Amino acid sequence: MATTLVSQHAHLEPAAGGLLTLSLGPQHPSTHGVLRLMLEMDGENVVSIKPEIGFLHTGIEKSAESKTYHQVITLTDRIDYLCPMTNNLAFVLATEKLLALEPPPRAMYLRILLNELTRLNSHLVWLGTHALDLGAVTMMLYCFREREEILKLFEAVSGQRMMTSYFRVGGVSIEPPLPFYERAKRFLGYFPDRVDEYETLLTKNRIWLDRTKGIAAMSAKDAIAWGVSGPTLRASGVALDLRKTNPYAGYDKFEFDVPTRTEGDVYARYLVRVAEMRESVKIAKQALEGMPEGPVKANAPHIVMPDRERMKTEMEALIYHFKIVTEGFRVPAGEVFQAIESPRGIMGYYIVSDGTSHPMRMHVRTPSFVNLQALPKMCEGRLISDLVACIGSIDIVLGEIDR
Amino acid sequence: MAHEYIPIFIFLAVAGAFPIVTLIAAKLVRPESPFKEKLLPYECGIDPVSDARGRYTVRFYIVAILFVLFDVETVFLFPWAVRFRQLGMFGLAEMVVFLALLIVGYIWVWKKGALEWI
Amino acid sequence: MPSTAQILDWLTIAKPYIIMGLVVAVWPLVSGYIVLMERKVMADMQVRLGPMRVGPHGLLQPIADALKLLIKEDIIPARVDKWVFWFAPVIPVLTALTAFAVLPFSQRYFVAELNVGVIFILAMTSIGVLGIMLGGWASNSSYPLLGALRSTAQLVSYEVAMGFAVVAAVMVAGSLDMVNIVKHQQASGVWFIFYQPIGFFIYLVAAMAETNRAPFDMPEAESELVAGFMTEYSGFRWALYFLAEYSNIFVVCSIATTLFFGGWLRPFPNVAWLNFLDWAPAVMLVGVGAGCLYLAGKQLSAANKIGMGVLGAAIIAVGLAFGVPMVIDYVSGPFWFLFKVAVMIYMFMWARFTFPRYRYDQLMQLGWKWMIPLGMANLLVTGVLILVKMQYWSAK
Repeated sequence: MATTLVSQHAHLEPAAGGLLTLSLGPQHPSTHGVLRLMLEMDGENVVSIKPEIGFLHTGIEKSAESKTYHQVITLTDRIDYLCPMTNNLAFVLATEKLLALEPPPRAMYLRILLNELTRLNSHLVWLGTHALDLGAVTMMLYCFREREEILKLFEAVSGQRMMTSYFRVGGVSIEPPLPFYERAKRFLGYFPDRVDEYETLLTKNRIWLDRTKGIAAMSAKDAIAWGVSGPTLRASGVALDLRKTNPYAGYDKFEFDVPTRTEGDVYARYLVRVAEMRESVKIAKQALEGMPEGPVKANAPHIVMPDRERMKTEMEALIYHFKIVTEGFRVPAGEVFQAIESPRGIMGYYIVSDGTSHPMRMHVRTPSFVNLQALPKMCEGRLISDLVACIGSIDIVLGEIDR
Repeated sequence: MAHEYIPIFIFLAVAGAFPIVTLIAAKLVRPESPFKEKLLPYECGIDPVSDARGRYTVRFYIVAILFVLFDVETVFLFPWAVRFRQLGMFGLAEMVVFLALLIVGYIWVWKKGALEWI
Repeated sequence: MPSTAQILDWLTIAKPYIIMGLVVAVWPLVSGYIVLMERKVMADMQVRLGPMRVGPHGLLQPIADALKLLIKEDIIPARVDKWVFWFAPVIPVLTALTAFAVLPFSQRYFVAELNVGVIFILAMTSIGVLGIMLGGWASNSSYPLLGALRSTAQLVSYEVAMGFAVVAAVMVAGSLDMVNIVKHQQASGVWFIFYQPIGFFIYLVAAMAETNRAPFDMPEAESELVAGFMTEYSGFRWALYFLAEYSNIFVVCSIATTLFFGGWLRPFPNVAWLNFLDWAPAVMLVGVGAGCLYLAGKQLSAANKIGMGVLGAAIIAVGLAFGVPMVIDYVSGPFWFLFKVAVMIYMFMWARFTFPRYRYDQLMQLGWKWMIPLGMANLLVTGVLILVKMQYWSAK
């Protein structure tokens, strides 16, 4: 089996000129998953980088074609397992666009609240693992301490810690239990202090500065040319945040800033993400405070699953339930592209509907995939330690790259 | 004088016996089931594509050479340090000259860029 | 029937060998407990509990770990250089353990008193590098090779800085004999760290680099080189590297204690009104024992309750024995020595769990461009100051 692997990848021949060919990954502590980087090394210097992906290919896009729209929601969780809600949202928004369905305001606010919590969750994992890659072991445990609380909140609303599948076409699945709001409020109250704590450990740490400042810098021009998005792009000085520029899901009702830096190096990406965490707290707080009363699902009986209570008392609801569960709901023919700002960048769902209850084609534009291709550009000619710092700083998730 | 070293040599023997005895003990109790894939060198789960003993950067040699220079120098410093009080001013002057020579070389090496890594 | 004098005579002759036996027999266990301490300290700093399963509060964890390593399969990859691969891990263990020979645990307890003790230890730790180099080379695999190269360059670079720091301390002491260095500190009444703060700083940084501890754990930086030179090692051979690493930590901390912190001397050895400090070992041990007894009450299982209780009682008993005036004289030396070493090791751990890791070139630059010039400057300043002081005293 081993030899076939090599022969399958004929382009991965031993490097010329006596350089050391090194395979970083797929089973390596700092590739953040099963990414493989073929390196040509001259001593400690990385001369060339060839990312090789596909070790985590799950065929989600293809599977989606044989599932009803509701079933696809559970698949989207698995695309980027660090921010399931964002994926849910992108897919649900795209479908709602096709259906021309508007969710009730309470559902919109809930979605935004949970989306920002998801962003915090994702950024916390990023900060923890990124710091761990650079040797700051303790940071990871601190970040995971707070992430634990977020996961508990997710569990409170959806019954699941990671694969939440909470959003539905036309709203969210159920009204969260009452203590949820209380807990979320408490968490958002103390979280900024915790961010301060992280910053005391890292932001002005001499070693941290040495390791991150000026490393793997990318100019705004290059970043745009390579299609980089998200905090990685904003660290290069381009204030592109879809929440601001192309507001979706009601983000235009919220007050927040888009943090940017101009250096474009690992340190700038760190600062941008830390600032984003604070902004997310701001948005989440506004969502909590301004949460309107009302239903969490749209009034569209042929699309939205009825409540258990109504199902047991109303004949019509029972019929709709049976129809939705057995054959799903029909979506008018057409195609739609809905992009949102995931914690990693622009995540877009492209869905083609042929009028049946299954998507005919679904494609996901994932930010990690695009950001990863800029990695060789950023790191070639640098040290292997910088490469590790850079992989951490662009915050890739392999599930999202391979899909 | 030399008898002080006798315990040291015995210690060396005892210390040497420890890993050997434990390795033999481990050999008696541990399982052994090698197969081809298990015996491949680790390269992140992929077959190694090139020989590990390739070319590596010449900087390591420079460091080695510099190390020899400076380490020998510190070895020269030890007897001087022990006798420093007796040697007094003369000793200090001697050492300043000795270090000065070395510092000149050190500065030269620095200027030449041998201490840079990228 | 031999007379008491004869027995004492034999004991004097046998003493080095008894200590030797103790070191070789007990040290692996002690290093296991240092690992446990590290895990507990790490857990404490990272808001978690650490090992809690094996024995009360995970106290039997090191034994379980050792047994596990002993019965682990020892994988020797096909392409390795067999003899070198087999022999490489033995070298660092050998040298690290031999370095114990000249450590003065107290005025009385040491294996050998060499007039070149300091150089002997430095030599031993240098030879230990060979084991790392050969291990990485013999593995014939990319990551170990890179790790070994890094490691060798790092260790030799910081050895120079370490040498300068040690020379400065030796200048103050005027001796290379580990026992004499401590005696000098006793005579002058001041720990040498107050004469040599910069020397100590250089030593500390160099020692962390020498023992591959974070923030200088480049050779085995797991996020870059997986496990560095140890990548291909498994089972007990790997354990030997680990043992050597922790032995080296103990040795460098012991040197620091001896050179800069007055070795086996209690704080303020010459201040009579602080003589109550002689009771500190007894008080500390009884305190720890009482803590154990308190925790014993909180254990859930009966076995853990009994284990913790027995441990607490034993520590209290030892503590009480330390309180007997006749015994104090014999035990306070080793106690203070080990206590100071433990504090140093704790500092090492503290640094490890607080700082990110240096990048390799930055580490080399720090060594060559900061530590070595600083060491040289420190040496010259020390020389001048000693002369000035001598002039001043002789004039008086």
